[in-house]
Amino acid sequence: MKCKNVVEELSEYLNGELDSTMLSDLEVHLAKCKNCRLVVNTCKKTVEIFCNSEPVPLPEDTRDRLHKALFSKLHKPHN
Amino acid sequence: MEPIKANLAASPAVKPDDEAALVAAAKGGEVSAFETLVNRYERKIFRLSQNITQNREDAEDVMQEAFLKAYEHLPEFQGNSRFYTWLVRIAVNQALMKLRRRRPNLVSLDEAIQTEDDLLPREVEDWGPTPEERYEQSELQGILSTVVGELEPGFRVVFQLRDVEELSTEETAEVLGLSVPAVKSRLLRARLKLRQKLNRYFRKGDSQ
Repeated sequence: MKCKNVVEELSEYLNGELDSTMLSDLEVHLAKCKNCRLVVNTCKKTVEIFCNSEPVPLPEDTRDRLHKALFSKLHKPHN
Repeated sequence: MEPIKANLAASPAVKPDDEAALVAAAKGGEVSAFETLVNRYERKIFRLSQNITQNREDAEDVMQEAFLKAYEHLPEFQGNSRFYTWLVRIAVNQALMKLRRRRPNLVSLDEAIQTEDDLLPREVEDWGPTPEERYEQSELQGILSTVVGELEPGFRVVFQLRDVEELSTEETAEVLGLSVPAVKSRLLRARLKLRQKLNRYFRKGDSQ
């Protein structure tokens, strides 16, 4: 396996979706290629940061407008 | 290396078990149950809308329209997916409509994106202390929002649905009207582009 192939299979690898032969080839390559290890690790970290990030609270005025808009609708009988 | 999903705890805001009970109560006419769902998901839906539209005013409209639509169509929700996934679909469709209206020439999600074969990363450096240690939470949020905003819409939306909202590849393809291979290809490119963009904030040796 070459560096180019590692990048092509990167998403599947991070998702745990590679078949066992491909997984083994990729891990053999990673064991000897520092650049690919860095790319894989930083890409994994990239996804984790986004996936784990908590959204910030809504601005007060935005939240007020949302709840006002919903209030009039929600307090009518549901058809 | 463990697959990503195995390392990620479910978002504390998302509790599927009591979500189903709240949806059932809301369908039965309990307004407070729907309000609880709104309180639970409003931040996430606003972030999703803002990340897709890249416009604060549009994001606010999208969020309102999404919750109003969800309430209106609640009787049709069959529970085949999680309520949150269903809500995300509604919000994404609203957000894409806004985006297309604002930038009609730019956004064509079903069009093939020019993908030159330069996937091999140019900058390969180790990252320093974990970004969560290096930046305050609000500062980190600002960085994430900036780099996502720099992606082309076709990449941005796929990344948002797969890696932030955690829809499956198939669900993402269905919501966006793309093929599964197109979603996979865009996800890979989006991840690589974001890694490259984050590199300038997180690489080892750089001070803030």
